[in-house]
Amino acid sequence: MNNVLVFPMVLPVLTGILLIFLRPYIRLQRWLSMLSVLGTGAMSIILLQRVQASGILTIDIGGWQPPFGILFVGDSFALLLVLTASIVTAVCLLYAFSTIGPAHEQMHVYAFIQFLLAGVNGSFLTGDLFNLFVCFEVMLLASYILASLGGKRKQLRESLKYVIINILSSWIFLVAIAYLYGAVGTLNMAHLSERIAESGQTPLLTTISMLFLIVFSLKAGLVLYFWLPGTYSAPPTAIAALFGALLTKVGVYAMFRVFTLLFYHEPSITHTWIGIMAAITLIGGSIGAISSKDVRVIVSYNVVIAVGFMMVGLAAATSAALEGSIYYLIHDMLVKALLFLLAGTMIALTGKSKFNEMSGLIRNYPLLGWLFFIGMLSLAGIPPFSGFIGKVLIGKGTIEAGTYILLALAFVSSILVLYSLLRVFRNAFWGETVISLEEEKPLKKSWLVPSVLLAIGTIVLGLGVEVLAPYVQDAANVLLQPKLYIDAVFQSK
Amino acid sequence: METLIIILAGVLVAVATYLILSKHILRIILGTAILSHAVHLLLMTMGGLKRGSTPILAENKVAYTDALPQALILTAIVISFAVTAFILVLAYRLYRKTGSDNLDALRGMDDE
Repeated sequence: MNNVLVFPMVLPVLTGILLIFLRPYIRLQRWLSMLSVLGTGAMSIILLQRVQASGILTIDIGGWQPPFGILFVGDSFALLLVLTASIVTAVCLLYAFSTIGPAHEQMHVYAFIQFLLAGVNGSFLTGDLFNLFVCFEVMLLASYILASLGGKRKQLRESLKYVIINILSSWIFLVAIAYLYGAVGTLNMAHLSERIAESGQTPLLTTISMLFLIVFSLKAGLVLYFWLPGTYSAPPTAIAALFGALLTKVGVYAMFRVFTLLFYHEPSITHTWIGIMAAITLIGGSIGAISSKDVRVIVSYNVVIAVGFMMVGLAAATSAALEGSIYYLIHDMLVKALLFLLAGTMIALTGKSKFNEMSGLIRNYPLLGWLFFIGMLSLAGIPPFSGFIGKVLIGKGTIEAGTYILLALAFVSSILVLYSLLRVFRNAFWGETVISLEEEKPLKKSWLVPSVLLAIGTIVLGLGVEVLAPYVQDAANVLLQPKLYIDAVFQSK
Repeated sequence: METLIIILAGVLVAVATYLILSKHILRIILGTAILSHAVHLLLMTMGGLKRGSTPILAENKVAYTDALPQALILTAIVISFAVTAFILVLAYRLYRKTGSDNLDALRGMDDE
C-alpha cells in the first residue's frame, strides 16, 4: 500500500478546489487550509519512517509498469523537503491569517497557496521529467497569481517581468525535454538514467544537460538571478516568505536530481560549470546584499547567496558535501521564511523599508530584535543554530574534492552574509530610539508567533542533528548511488 | 522532412526572440506565443516524422506515428494557453494602472 505517497500532492489540490467554493467563509477557509497543510506534514513524517524501514517508496499511477506510466518516487531527500515545505507553509499561513487582510482573503489567496504547495510537493515527488515540467507549471501559475494579487502598481510591474522570465525558462525546459526524448526516447527518470549510462553520455547528451542547467538556474536563481530581488520584494510579506522559502528550492532540488541521477558521467564538464556558476552566484549575491539599503532586497540577495552555497555542495559531489547541502537546504527553507517574516514585520511597524531610516527598534520591540539576531546567527552558521552543520559538511566535502577556490568563496560569503544582516541589525535595532512610546504601533502577538516558531525550529534543527542524521545520510546515499533509485523504480512486482 | 521543420522552428525562435527584446508589452506577449509554437513543432519533430497512420487503434494498420509527443504537445499547449491568457490580462491591468505599455516607463522608481 504505497498509495499514500500521492497524498502530499493530492491533499492540497483537493483542499484548494474545495476552498474555491467557500469564498465567503473566511474562517472556514483558514481552518481547512491549515488542516490540509498539517495533514501533509504529518503524512510526510509517516512516509519518512516507512522509507527508513523498507527503502524507497514508489507508486505506479494507474498500475502501468514503470517506463510506460507516470510514477511518484519518494526517497528520503524528496520526503524531507516535502516535510520542510509543509512546516514552512503552515507558519506562513499563520502569519497570513493576521496580516494579509480581507481583500486578499476574499480573492482566493488560501486556495492559491494550496495549489502552490501542491506544485512544490509534486515537483519533489515525481519520477518523470515531463511530469516535473507540469508540476513546475502548477507551482508557477499559482505563484504568478499570488505575486500579482492585490494589484498594486509595483506588484503588477514586477509580476509581469516574473511571468515573462518564467515563460522563457519553461520554454527552454520544453526544448530540453524534446531533445532528450529525441536522443534517448524515454522520459521516465530511472529509465533515462539507465539509457544515458548505456550510451555513456555522448557530447549530445552533455549539451542537453547544459540546457537543463540553464533552465534550473533560472528557476533557482543560480547566476541568472536578476529577476529575483524585484519579484520577492513586491508581494505581501507572507507571500514573499513562501516564495523565498519554496520556489528557488524546487529549482535547487531539480538540479540535484538531474545531475546526480541522469547526467553524472561527465563531471569534468557539468560539475565544473556548476562550480563556476556557484562561484559567480556567491560573488554577485554578496555584492547585492551589501550594496542595498532596502531590508527586503538584502534578504532577497541572501536567498541568492544560499543557492550558490548549496550548489558548491553539488559541484563537489562527495558524500559529505551532498549531506551538507541537504542539511543546508532544509535549514535555509526555515531561516529564509523567518527572515522574510521579520523584515516584513519591521517594514509594517515602521512604515519604512530602508534600514538607515529605522533606529533603536530594540527598545520598542525587544523580542523582534532578538529573533532577528537569532536568524542572523543561524544564517551565518554559528554553532548552536541550524546553519552550522551544513556549512561544516560542505566545507569538508570541498576539501575532499580539492576545490579550494569554492571553499574560500563559500566561507567568505558567510562572513558577508553576517555583515549584510549585521548592518541591518545595528542600524535598525540599536542606536537612538526614534519612536516614542506613545507613537509606537502595538506589535500584535499573532505577528510574532510565526517568527518565534521558526526561530525555535532553527534551534531545534541545530541541536537535533543526530535525530535527522539517518534520514539525511540515506538521502545522500541515494543521490550518490543512482542504482538504488533505478532498482526501486523497476522492482519486480 | 525533419530538416525543413527544424528550420521553420528556428525561424520562429528568431522572430520570437526579436519580438521579446522589443519595448512594447504586446509585442513581447506575441513573441512568447510564437516561442511556444516553435517548441511544439520541435516536440513533434523530435518524436520523428516517419510515415504511419494516426495513432487511433484500428484493424489492418501496421505502423502508427508516435503518440507520446502528441500527448506532450497537447499538455504544453493547454499550459501555454493558460499562461498567455493570464499575462494578457496582467498587461491590460498594468496598462490601466500606469497608462503605458512601454517597458522603459515601467522601471522601478524609489518613490513607490
